[in-house]
Amino acid sequence: MESDQLEYILDHFKNPRNYGTIEDADYSYEEGIPSCGDVIRVDLRVENDRLHDIKFSGTGCAISQASVSILTENVTGKEVSEVISMTDHDMLEALGGQVSPIRFKCALLGLMVLKKALVGKIPANN
Amino acid sequence: MEKIIKSAGAFDPVLIKNDFPIFKRRVHGKPLIYLDNAATTQKPESVINSIDNYYRRHNSNIHRGVHTLSYESTVMYEDAHKKVAELIGAKDWREIIFTRNATESINLLAYSWGLHELKEGDEVLITIMEHHSNIVPWQMLRDLKGIKINVLGVDNKGDLLLDELPKLLTEKTKLVSIIHASNVLGTVNPIKHITREAKKVGALVLIDAAQSIPHLPIDINDIGCDFLVASGHKMMGPTGVGFIYGRQELLEGMEPFLYGGDMIEKVTLEKSTWNELPWKYEAGTPNIAGGIGLGAAVDYLQNIGLTNIFEHEEELLRYALERMSEFDWINTYGHKSDSQSVGVISFNVEGVHPHDVAGMLDEQGIAVRSGHHCAQPLMQELSMDYTARVSFYVYNTKEEIDICIETLKKVKKLFG
Repeated sequence: MESDQLEYILDHFKNPRNYGTIEDADYSYEEGIPSCGDVIRVDLRVENDRLHDIKFSGTGCAISQASVSILTENVTGKEVSEVISMTDHDMLEALGGQVSPIRFKCALLGLMVLKKALVGKIPANN
Repeated sequence: MEKIIKSAGAFDPVLIKNDFPIFKRRVHGKPLIYLDNAATTQKPESVINSIDNYYRRHNSNIHRGVHTLSYESTVMYEDAHKKVAELIGAKDWREIIFTRNATESINLLAYSWGLHELKEGDEVLITIMEHHSNIVPWQMLRDLKGIKINVLGVDNKGDLLLDELPKLLTEKTKLVSIIHASNVLGTVNPIKHITREAKKVGALVLIDAAQSIPHLPIDINDIGCDFLVASGHKMMGPTGVGFIYGRQELLEGMEPFLYGGDMIEKVTLEKSTWNELPWKYEAGTPNIAGGIGLGAAVDYLQNIGLTNIFEHEEELLRYALERMSEFDWINTYGHKSDSQSVGVISFNVEGVHPHDVAGMLDEQGIAVRSGHHCAQPLMQELSMDYTARVSFYVYNTKEEIDICIETLKKVKKLFG
């Protein structure tokens, strides 16, 4: 990992954006990776088919937590259909450089949780 | 190379390293420092050559043809059994059954012995230190047969609660199945004592030696166990081959595991009878090349000497623990008592996820494990969550430990 990318990831890890929960969320979902213990929860508010607000919480390695932090910045205000059509490649690209394939699972956890929440329209406090 | 070590009369990991072709490569531009030996060990040239030689010169099926190649491969494959038998002190090489790995070995015993011998209400005693491979097969029997699984606990120093042993051993205990050395804590358990106690209630004893046999001398006669299992790839052998030692009369009395070719004596459409040991339990064409490779690995281990290996690892272990204790942000697990240990240290860098620790070490060419180490019940019991783990072997050096510590310091600084 190049040092610029490492700094970018560490910045998001140490100062996560949109961290927390939304009390009157429309949708929320939580999932983890049992083999490494990483867990991510997202709370979402949707207005006029747009992702109006997103907050995440969870624990895990720098890659998983920084990835979801970066993701929340990128998707806020976007159309739900646009978010759902985001690919793994889009997410990896947003991390600003190469990620070792061994860490793909960590990097993609946030996107998977977000898409599941939106596709399944999983109501808050499920 | 082996001869040089012997004639020098000293144990030199740098010379030994030359026997392992993998250390010629670099990882991320750095020389490979391999500290993940509890997961699998590297292979010496002699093991790789033995497999190459088999396929190049002797490849043929065993116990089949009268032709030269078949005869040669049969002898080579049987010899590998003999080498393993000699390594652990088995009286007869027919007491050694080759399997795929320790996991398959335990499954074989669960099916061939447990499924037929155990009745509802019978008990199997394990410890909380077990690898998943010595927990899940017994859960299968619990669900199928209604047996009960008792679990010997561990104290906060990482030692088994031996005082509780008499309470857990009853006339219902049919099997005591225990891990010899913990792949998480490194603790070497007092299996001789436990075996003696188990025998008082007439239980059979199964030793999971996957993490011990590569690192210290083992004598089944001294332990007094009935079964012992291990994986070849953790003792310098190839993947896909492991073994069971079983007492002859037990193996003769048990039912087969897999049915089909080579495990039979006579077949009619109505009925079949079983081949002699160990072939009764090695159905189908076995992993011939793997077995021969395991034999070569045993030769290599014997040549260095397991006592030498144990002493070298002990020195590395003491050194690494000492270095780690210099920093209050490195938390290590286990190694809190006087119990013997193999060279395994589970640890955490405060504030850094073990995956990130392992990832940053990897960028410096240092291979360590991170996760739950296939021992979730132990991790839960000791509130360990997930950890990073270093595990040593013959080719590791104190210099490598120093490089690892320097990298950990950088990791801590980065994550601050």
